[in-house]
Amino acid sequence: MNLTLHVWRQKNAQSEGRFVTYQAKNIIPDMSFLEMLDVVNQELILKGEEPIAFEHDCREGICGSCGMVINGYPHGGHRGTTTCQLHMRHFKDGDVITIEPWRARAFPVLKDLIVDRSAFDRIIQAGGFISANTGVAQDANTVLVPKQNAEAAMDAAACIGCGACVAACPNASAMLFTAAKITHLGLLPQGQPERYTRVVRMVEQMDREGFGGCTNIGECSAACPKEIPLSVIARMNRDLLVAKLKGVN
Amino acid sequence: MTTTDTRPTTVRPATEYLDPKLNSKIPEGPIERKWERHKFEMKLVSPTNRRRYTIIVVGSGLAGASAAATLAEAGYNVKCYTYHDSPRRAHSIAAQGGINAAKNYRNDGDSVFRLFYDTVKGGDFRAREANVYRLAEVSMAIIDQCVAQGVPFAREYSGYLDNRSFGGAQVARTFYARGQTGQQLLLGAYQALSRQIGLGQVKMFSRTEMLDLVVIDGRARGIVTRDMVTGKIESHVADAVVLATGGYSNVFYLSTNAKASNATAIWRAYRRGAFFGNPCFTQIHPTCIPVSGDHQSKLTLMSESLRNDGRVWVPKTPGDKRPPSSIPEDERDYYLERKYPSFGNLAPRDIASRAAKQVCDEGRGVGPGGLGVYLDFSDAIKRLGRKVIEERYGNLFEMYERITGENPYETPMRIYPAVHYTMGGLWVDYNLMSTIPGLFVIGEANFSDHGANRLGASALMQGLADGYFILPYTIADYLASTKFTKVDTTHIAFREAEAEVTDRIKRLLNTKGTRTVDMFHRELGKIMWDYCGMARNEAGLKHALEVIPELRERFWREVKVPGEGNDINQELEKAGRVADFMELAELMCIDALHRNESCGGHFREEHQTEEGEAKRDDENFAYVAAWEFTGLGTKPVLHKEPLYFEYVKPTIRSYK
Ligand SMILES: Cc1cc2nc3c(=O)[nH]c(=O)nc-3n(C[C@H](O)[C@H](O)[C@H](O)COP(=O)(O)OP(=O)(O)OC[C@H]3O[C@@H](n4cnc5c(N)ncnc54)[C@H](O)[C@@H]3O)c2cc1C
Ligand code: SF4
Ligand code: FES
Repeated sequence: MNLTLHVWRQKNAQSEGRFVTYQAKNIIPDMSFLEMLDVVNQELILKGEEPIAFEHDCREGICGSCGMVINGYPHGGHRGTTTCQLHMRHFKDGDVITIEPWRARAFPVLKDLIVDRSAFDRIIQAGGFISANTGVAQDANTVLVPKQNAEAAMDAAACIGCGACVAACPNASAMLFTAAKITHLGLLPQGQPERYTRVVRMVEQMDREGFGGCTNIGECSAACPKEIPLSVIARMNRDLLVAKLKGVN
Repeated sequence: MTTTDTRPTTVRPATEYLDPKLNSKIPEGPIERKWERHKFEMKLVSPTNRRRYTIIVVGSGLAGASAAATLAEAGYNVKCYTYHDSPRRAHSIAAQGGINAAKNYRNDGDSVFRLFYDTVKGGDFRAREANVYRLAEVSMAIIDQCVAQGVPFAREYSGYLDNRSFGGAQVARTFYARGQTGQQLLLGAYQALSRQIGLGQVKMFSRTEMLDLVVIDGRARGIVTRDMVTGKIESHVADAVVLATGGYSNVFYLSTNAKASNATAIWRAYRRGAFFGNPCFTQIHPTCIPVSGDHQSKLTLMSESLRNDGRVWVPKTPGDKRPPSSIPEDERDYYLERKYPSFGNLAPRDIASRAAKQVCDEGRGVGPGGLGVYLDFSDAIKRLGRKVIEERYGNLFEMYERITGENPYETPMRIYPAVHYTMGGLWVDYNLMSTIPGLFVIGEANFSDHGANRLGASALMQGLADGYFILPYTIADYLASTKFTKVDTTHIAFREAEAEVTDRIKRLLNTKGTRTVDMFHRELGKIMWDYCGMARNEAGLKHALEVIPELRERFWREVKVPGEGNDINQELEKAGRVADFMELAELMCIDALHRNESCGGHFREEHQTEEGEAKRDDENFAYVAAWEFTGLGTKPVLHKEPLYFEYVKPTIRSYK
């Protein structure tokens, strides 16, 4: 099939970007979306033009590198699917596809479809961990974890840090990402001692990075390729409230 | 030595090793006391002195992140580098199955000795016993540490940790977090690292690629990097350098590795004098989704666990193009069950992979290009019901369908082997130090404890063992026993390395040829797969050794890298990596040609039994091949580290 692409091109963080139109020819349904872009890029290179820059690595939906807004939807809008897992059989001959980077103040564009997501790292650095130095641990089976807690913690821990939640949110809020980590660690016995300082520190950092607030729209969870539930945000807000009541700051 | 020989009863002291350049530094004493004793005998750096030392860690995968975090916790100044935008994206994130540990929580007879034994045997007797024993010994502490960090391992209803079993073992010792074990372990290490970054104890350099190693007065003293956003070339000084840069399966272009995984860091170190151990030892995983066309950019692994319930078959008649459902039972060949009645569909990775290749070579492969075999669940669905299969493999079936558009509940999956892991890597001694003093290599980047074949769920174990529990001790011994001269980035060695790196980049940008980097990479990958892949022979390897240098020359003449060097330039990044693969590929073929035996993942067609099984030659090849660089185009020098098996007697691996 043949497709028309409108792709956001931007030289670097300082310059202005614009949409450029390309034709993607002879695309096969078995290709992934990124393989389709590979084809376009190979052509561009041979013509001596710079290929479209986009991030990717594992190409199997786990590293969180890839991510672009496809026809208005982060990752293309298929349930539980990252851009790298999206296949061309979902498109048909003659389709026009618009491709843009994540748009958020806290995620400045570095080039074309690549954005800087280091704000996420700094949120984790602020408190998204359990302080357990190497060597301190006792035998792993000393502390039991109820299966349902372990499962719920795993559900939240599945976040791949892609940033689609931020891109989908009209406020560019990072609540889903932050709350997923708070939920993961807060559900485990090992995470209890730092539970309330953690939430305070991470939320502070989130605000400092310039992410927007949450107005309960729910676009984040709908766009999340790992289907992180909205309930993690409620949990985070509860923890934050308790932390305030306890006077943690 | 023959396979039935009894081994020397004492471990030889290091001084007896033949090659003066290759001292494995295996401590004396009985194997179960070696590490304990060595830890006591090694020098320490006192807590107040640690901040005087700077350690560079390149890589933030399981090995790198765990090492950087642990060294920082101890009080060293750590600088950590990754070409990813965040340490959390390292290729370790993609590991699915699990991590081994000799906890014996199942009370099924597991022990440190059994894990040690299984690993040495699984590696087809090409690993160093003392290292493997230590790995098994520290495996338990890894699980403890990870649980303390909040890794959400699978649990039983009782709240205790759950285990599953994996290939090559008769006990259930694998810990897992759904199909995302690597992700959860990496996030644990990433969080520990993040904490140290927040505390200012680790300086993290993301989007920064190491392009050379700097050796001064015979010691590793720093690296040269490129800032991948600004293109700036920079030097970084340290007292020791740790490479944790992962494996090099991508030399084959198509592999299960992440797209960016590459060999540049270890290759540059090799060119600076670090020996390369067993470069030809590659693992081919039997259950991957087959190539669907020329556009294919990488291969996806389907968990080995599928072989518990799926039956592998191909049509009996070559060229049978009927859909699988119209091929009657008696016209199907369940070849694994036929050839290996006792292991059947669960034959080990190397054996299952070769068997698949064999039937495809006979023209009986299925799917596009005839490069595939069926993995059929219809019997299991009949026996257990669709619901049970869905519970066991639901997410894998979904993933398969997403990629292929076929529903495996209704039509058999198609699978084919793919390159997955490299057992080879930079040679290291018992202290994980390479032949360049002060250069340590951990994780998949070293030549590792897996011999000629790695068992499932053992790579994660090794990466974390190295990073959390071994390197932090051995590096202290090096620091404490070395007198350092003060150097800074104005040193001539840094200037020269920077100039070389800059030149190379200029050359890549200025060639302005007619072919893309990917075109060359694909071509190289095809040569490697055809001649240095699942089966190798003398004529093929010799042919590869002729065409690879030609391809390399063409690459430098005809490659086209658009754009400039001073901003994000992904083609330039790729070009540098592929240029190094072009050199590494040659070394792999040299090694494969010299190893005139079959062992583990290295199958030389000349050395097989009548039934087509691998035939090892312990008399002549029970050694680690460590190669020394002597210049491009000149033959590297082979150094041999003999392997002694005192505790696990080499036998012929049989899975009949
Ligand atoms: C699909 C798949 C599934 C697997 N499943 C399992 C499993 O179930 N169990 C198991 O035990 N093993 C498994 N493995 C193997 C295992 O995942 C890897 O061997 C292991 O994770 C490697 O870890 P590492 O830390 O050595 O390297 P990596 O995780 O590859 O990390 C390398 C790091 O080095 C950095 N780096 C590399 N070069 C440079 C450079 N020049 N400059 C700067 N930074 C650099 C990278 O950015 C990255 O941070 C699997 C492998 C694959 C491919
Ligand atoms: S919460 Fe979901 S969308 Fe947001 S970063 Fe994590 S995986 Fe991506
Ligand atoms: S490339 Fe890793 S999640 Fe898409």
